[in-house]
Amino acid sequence: MSLSAEMQAKINAAKERLDAHVREIVEWHFNPETGCEYWLEKAKGYDFDPRKDVKTYEDLDKFPFFEDEDLRGGPVRKWVPKGNAGKPVYVFETGGSTGIPKSRVVSEDHKIDYELFSETLPDEYFPKGADWLMLGPSGPRRLRLAVEHLAQFRGGISFCVDLDPRWVIKLIKMGEMQMMERYKSHVIDQALTILKAHPNIKCMFATPKLLEALCEKVSLKSVGITGVFCGGTEMTPQFHRFAVEELMEGGYFAPTYGNTLMGLATHKVPFDPADNWAIIYYPPAPRAMIEVVDPDEPRKVVGYGETGRVRLTTLTKELFIPRFLERDECEREAPCAAYPWDGVRNVRPFSRFATSVVEGVY
Amino acid sequence: MLHIPILRKGNSYKSVDVSRVPHFRTRETFVELSQANAGLIRRDLRDLDSIQAMLAAFTTDRLIAMCRQAADYFMNDTLPVGDESQTPDDYVRQLSATTGMPHVLVRKNMSKISGVMAEMKSVLDGLTRGIDLKILDDGFGTHEGHSVSFFPRTNSLGVILPSNSPGVHSLWIPSIAMKVPLVLKPGSSEPWSPYRIAQALIKAGVPKEAFGYYPADHGGAGAILQSCGRGMFFGDSSTVGKYASDSRVELHGTGYSKVVLGDDVVDDWEKYLDVMVASITENGGRSCINASGVWVTRHGKEIAQAVAERVAKIVPRDAEDPEALLAPFANADIAKRISGIVDSGLRESGATDVSAKVRGERLVEVDGATYLLPTIVHVESPEHPLANREFLFPFASVVEVKPEQMPEAFGPSLVVTAITKDLKLINRLVNSSHVDRLNIGAIPTMKIAWDQPHEGNLFEHLYARRAFQRAMTA
Repeated sequence: MSLSAEMQAKINAAKERLDAHVREIVEWHFNPETGCEYWLEKAKGYDFDPRKDVKTYEDLDKFPFFEDEDLRGGPVRKWVPKGNAGKPVYVFETGGSTGIPKSRVVSEDHKIDYELFSETLPDEYFPKGADWLMLGPSGPRRLRLAVEHLAQFRGGISFCVDLDPRWVIKLIKMGEMQMMERYKSHVIDQALTILKAHPNIKCMFATPKLLEALCEKVSLKSVGITGVFCGGTEMTPQFHRFAVEELMEGGYFAPTYGNTLMGLATHKVPFDPADNWAIIYYPPAPRAMIEVVDPDEPRKVVGYGETGRVRLTTLTKELFIPRFLERDECEREAPCAAYPWDGVRNVRPFSRFATSVVEGVY
Repeated sequence: MLHIPILRKGNSYKSVDVSRVPHFRTRETFVELSQANAGLIRRDLRDLDSIQAMLAAFTTDRLIAMCRQAADYFMNDTLPVGDESQTPDDYVRQLSATTGMPHVLVRKNMSKISGVMAEMKSVLDGLTRGIDLKILDDGFGTHEGHSVSFFPRTNSLGVILPSNSPGVHSLWIPSIAMKVPLVLKPGSSEPWSPYRIAQALIKAGVPKEAFGYYPADHGGAGAILQSCGRGMFFGDSSTVGKYASDSRVELHGTGYSKVVLGDDVVDDWEKYLDVMVASITENGGRSCINASGVWVTRHGKEIAQAVAERVAKIVPRDAEDPEALLAPFANADIAKRISGIVDSGLRESGATDVSAKVRGERLVEVDGATYLLPTIVHVESPEHPLANREFLFPFASVVEVKPEQMPEAFGPSLVVTAITKDLKLINRLVNSSHVDRLNIGAIPTMKIAWDQPHEGNLFEHLYARRAFQRAMTA
């Protein structure tokens, strides 16, 4: 890959910023004065000193792969860094349709992540001061509060629906597909009611399936929606095209990839027809990095355009997650001008896991 | 690379998502198939009333004439396939390439499909039990001296199609003559037939809007069945099961068809060997109307041995060989799994693979293609796990059963050919809810009559009768 000098300079600057950020975050989490119980205990078993031996992003390979099973159950306070003592704590859960869910404690990360994401939204389509519809999961999900904060940060108010994704997954597992459809209709009915009653709503978050379902009932344009931020579940290139060409009616479609551990990866801009509607995401570096690694040698990053497993590293003062192997696969994407670091293309469930992920409407 | 697009109300749409269908032998991609996302399908199916109105504008006689014309186009004309042209020979070669079906069998199925279009009048007479077809145009009329009125229950018929044999397409084609638009999801390795049928009908004058063609995954299939007022679903027992309680969907699952020799004729079993062999092996043993069981009261071992010897003569041949009767598996893993299931059943006492001695290995690879050779199993009782199994190759169990167990022990059976003159047995078969289509006498299970619909009646599926009275004066 030959790069212009300007692009190479951007990549180098981003890398320097990342390395500096790594040093700062590792120092924070492994300093007995500021770190959390979980990492301080873990460090006792390491044959290296994170504070001395981790100088660059690559040095994070010294850590074992993070096991997200450690996030299941309590006490959740073991994850709160001492340096953040006294701040209000939220707990966000992921999964949990059966058994104990995985939890992440947060004070401000969700707000910071979505304030950064806000910068990527064009004001023309997501007007400042406009209200939002949050057509996604309610309950102990990060997404619900994050979208509400996004709306508030942009001067709007977020209207929410009741949606319990755990019940949806149970219905699917029970084979109650008709009941699942009725529940989906119940959610869409709530959205339609909100949209009719509140004409200042111009922006919305929706999962792909709920966006489709809403558009089966109403024209987004006719109810005044000009921008949709979409995420929560897998999106295919065909869905991307379908949404832009047929659902949005000239509105702006912002696909995202995110989860409770990472935050939010945003789509490549500007839109490039040569990408053939591929879904290309870039992580919110340096707060999180996503890489594509060889599934058999997950320390090894694959070449650009090659397929591999998604590996996440989260680097905030509230959460340190080194080298976590996600249950997704994709192709590695080269840096772009807006995001001079690695991205991912067409993320989808990891094909080596035999059981398919039950996503339902969420 | 040949690409088959989606048809959205008859208009081609090339999806970003494609499935690559391989050649059964080389495993190299032979054709790309646009894949429809479920939301796109649901969006297209929101309002089909206007399209149904387009079909309703034609008389049934006119639509029957179009079907007759389409039969000729289907058999003899060059028709579009995606951006390319497809001659009849191309169709045969292409269908064989992705399914493994020998050319001679493809041509037989082609004739069957063409036949149903050419004989649409007879088909509708059979389905409607002989009503004056003008009643479908007017909505009411007189039948056998009584006023009758019929109305369509739906504005579309969604059909989830299989890949095993093109012959099944003959079941849904009459929908067009009955003025109900079609929404088709082709089988993953047999996209050819429904596309060509649609093109033949369009060329014959049927509005292109009457055809939705949506290659898709299970989610797409669900969207079709959910959105169409009436559906047909071809699949194995595990896939169609979840629609068992949905009366809008007509299920076409495993057939478990049988040849039955009554106690009164079983001593003369040699006379009926041809019927048994034909029922088991025609069309490569891939149809739900192929017999997967021969049920007898005596002589099971001898019958199994004789049938095994006959079917052992059916061996893999080149796809273009006019003598070819056996289709390889497009996916070798499926063949291995099926053979494993048979072996697993044989490990339970009471069953013998009678073919083993005359056939050799069941699973063979010839010229890079994987075959399951015809297999006849002798089973001592109806309770054995192999007594009532059906697989995608010429397989049959010869099951010994007590006379009084017939037909209760059969279980659900799509076709039963009962060779008997025993009126009591015939009476029990006639009254059995397990038997869908019943042949009395030495008629192969594969032999169908257009005026004898089976697996549900498409007219009754698509139309309902209402009570109707009309005053003689206004």
